[in-house]
Amino acid sequence: MACAASTEPSGLLDRGWRVAPQVAVRPEPFGALVYHFGTRRLTFLKSRLLLDVVSALADHRSARDACRAAGVAEDELPRYERALTTLADTGMITSRES
Amino acid sequence: MSATASRLVDQLETGLDAPICLTWELTYACNLACVHCLSSSGRRDPRELTTAECMAVIDELQRMQVFYVNIGGGEPTVRRDFWELVDYAVEHHVGVKFSTNGSRITPQVAARIARTDYVDVQVSLDGATASVNDRVRGPGSYATAIGAMENLAQGGFEGFKLSVVVTRENVGQLDAFKRLADSYRAQLRLTRLRPSGRGADVWGELHPTADQQRELYGWLLDHGESVLTGDSFFHLGGYGSALPGLNLCGAGRVVCLIDPIGDVYACPFVIHDEFLAGNVRDPGGFERVWRESELFSELRRPQHAGACASCGLFDKCRGGCMAAKFFTGLPLAGPDPECVLGHGERLLAERDDTPIPKPSVDMSRKPPRRVPAKACTQSPLEVIPAR
Repeated sequence: MACAASTEPSGLLDRGWRVAPQVAVRPEPFGALVYHFGTRRLTFLKSRLLLDVVSALADHRSARDACRAAGVAEDELPRYERALTTLADTGMITSRES
Repeated sequence: MSATASRLVDQLETGLDAPICLTWELTYACNLACVHCLSSSGRRDPRELTTAECMAVIDELQRMQVFYVNIGGGEPTVRRDFWELVDYAVEHHVGVKFSTNGSRITPQVAARIARTDYVDVQVSLDGATASVNDRVRGPGSYATAIGAMENLAQGGFEGFKLSVVVTRENVGQLDAFKRLADSYRAQLRLTRLRPSGRGADVWGELHPTADQQRELYGWLLDHGESVLTGDSFFHLGGYGSALPGLNLCGAGRVVCLIDPIGDVYACPFVIHDEFLAGNVRDPGGFERVWRESELFSELRRPQHAGACASCGLFDKCRGGCMAAKFFTGLPLAGPDPECVLGHGERLLAERDDTPIPKPSVDMSRKPPRRVPAKACTQSPLEVIPAR
């Protein structure tokens, strides 16, 4: 389970994240499938843009930077923040801090 | 997580680069003879894939990034190379979930499985009491499954699956199944009885009645994601809100079956030539069958709703299960035999005597069981002593 801080909407975008070690990401025409071998949970990324964001997380200082690098528009950021929050809450992505 | 307006189910119906959920029956050999066996298992097929051939399939699955396989049978653990194959899959980042009747889940095996996150196990049990279970799965099978679950719990395996096929006889035991699973820190998994394999011989007697279906639907809604269903009850969506899951027929789109001799079928419940897409031994292997077979391409094209086109509930049940229709002799474009509005039942009653398709494979050790002639006055099952 993700730490309590990850469920706070504010802050997530300003921290660094990466795909969790037990997680595999498989690109598909509609986006991607994300599978967690520990929880055996399967999640669908429903756009290629979200896949680009998730793939870029590890290479950027913050999730906000990863979103920008992937080409997410400013007014779209809240939607992507919500998506990343869900991924964090289900352990698919994990904070690089702590 | 909807980042686009298009519905996921529409995307999935056009197919994926690789299956999400791949069932692989490793052998038709089985030490039990369950009356409803979906694969008519019993004897080993001498043409079974060799260890090397199985490993080659695993290599392909790794390349295609298939996250995990559902291994079944038959009883897969009777294969002498079973653990070798499990280890090989895990080393190649293909997770394994295998189904078993529990007969080989010793304390040592349980401890071994508990050590890795990449192996999951589901123990089959079709009654919360020995009397209900053993009528379907055979004498002693309840005790065997309970013993296996005890070993798994003792071995420290949390969250293994207790897998139940819902029948007319056990649908009243859902709470008892849940308590049983909870007591072993296991997760309950309920799936639908299909008229597949030997299941065709007992489906008429054992599939839940309309009233029972309604109850089942309510129970599933109440329990949400705490109970797994393998997405098998989406035909009940017509009762109201959708059940958790993808709610579509995944045959050839997100699921498929590899059988013990390498034949690839659209789903585990349609072992019939009409749904045979190819063989993993063919040039191009499994990947080519999945991506290029004519059958799978056809299944990924928009399907006709047929008689269901004008029904307001079609969007919820999507016409139900292809296998259930096929093996009860109903047209594929039309209602499921268990349609919540009763359209399937009506069609079944009106059926003429056109022969119902039979499975292409029958490895049963005994002649298939027949239901009693005076079905309504007798026990719905006749357990014939082993000869």
